[in-house]
Amino acid sequence: MHHFRFPFRWLLLAVATVLFSACAVHPQWQLDNIQGHLPELKFQLTNDLGQPVTAANYHGKIVLLYFGYTHCPDVCPLTLVHLHTVLQKMGKAAADVRVLFVTVDPVRDTVPVLHQYVTAFDPRIVGLTGTQDAIAQLAKRYRAFYKPETPNDKAGDYDVTHSSAIYVFNREGQAQVLATPGSTNDEIFHDLEILVKQS
Amino acid sequence: MTALRQLARTLACTGLIAASAAATAATPDAHVEHAWIRWLPANLPVAGYATIVNDGDGTLRLASASSPDYTSVMLHRSRLAQSDSTMVMVEHLDIPAHASVKLAPGGYHLMLTHAQRPIRPGDKVPITLSFADGTTLQVDFSVLPANSSGPAD
Repeated sequence: MHHFRFPFRWLLLAVATVLFSACAVHPQWQLDNIQGHLPELKFQLTNDLGQPVTAANYHGKIVLLYFGYTHCPDVCPLTLVHLHTVLQKMGKAAADVRVLFVTVDPVRDTVPVLHQYVTAFDPRIVGLTGTQDAIAQLAKRYRAFYKPETPNDKAGDYDVTHSSAIYVFNREGQAQVLATPGSTNDEIFHDLEILVKQS
Repeated sequence: MTALRQLARTLACTGLIAASAAATAATPDAHVEHAWIRWLPANLPVAGYATIVNDGDGTLRLASASSPDYTSVMLHRSRLAQSDSTMVMVEHLDIPAHASVKLAPGGYHLMLTHAQRPIRPGDKVPITLSFADGTTLQVDFSVLPANSSGPAD
């Protein structure tokens, strides 16, 4: 057995070198690679400070786009906490990342409510709202879906079923990877680390 | 004389304890751990989470919940699919004998709407869990910040 050890070690090194160089050329995404499958980031909305914004405001940043609403006490917070945790882990590099939380419930999600909601999770999360048309257009552009449900109590509270994916765009505004509720924080962190290193 | 007075006092106290026990519903052979609420601003609906441990020999059925601090407390379940997420109301939740059920983010949760007083992180919110067999359990839920991942312990 002893004389096999030396060549085996060389073989390992060779395999590692091939894998490593492959990584350097083509990033090994851990989330779903959607490059070329969805159009570049484009919208005309209002941020949670009441200012009109377009995709150009976020050019040069890594953008995470998520559709949700504030009367969503379980799933939306769970997603935003995951993203907050990832941003914390990234440290200074997170300054190059923006999470855009687009409301699918613009009637109840006024600018002040949206602002209080997103900042309660992380100051790097931006709330976006707009006309029903502008939001519907953006959702359609990324094949996202949402539907207000029938009110479930006397107070007229209602839920909104919505797409749960997170669309990740590179610095050029091109759709790169897609995270789903099944994605782990480590997978999101891994892919964001690659994206922030791209110039 | 002192001994007699002591006896009278003891008897009176015993009577009081018996009376107060009769006034409140019986408690089930169960206990609750890690009870917390994720705080949200603007009096938005919030979610309550906990682990209900059934220490008894029979199935325990959670039928409803209520709190003096919220107009309505409903048992909900989030359905997280690959493509979309939605919330559904749940009629009841069964906890098998000598087992526990977790109300946790992304699954079963209590949805609390319309707070009756300003609620802040650090507060305790009392919630009464009512079971199908008529027993109830009052639990203090800790209010944690919006971006909390749950109680540390």
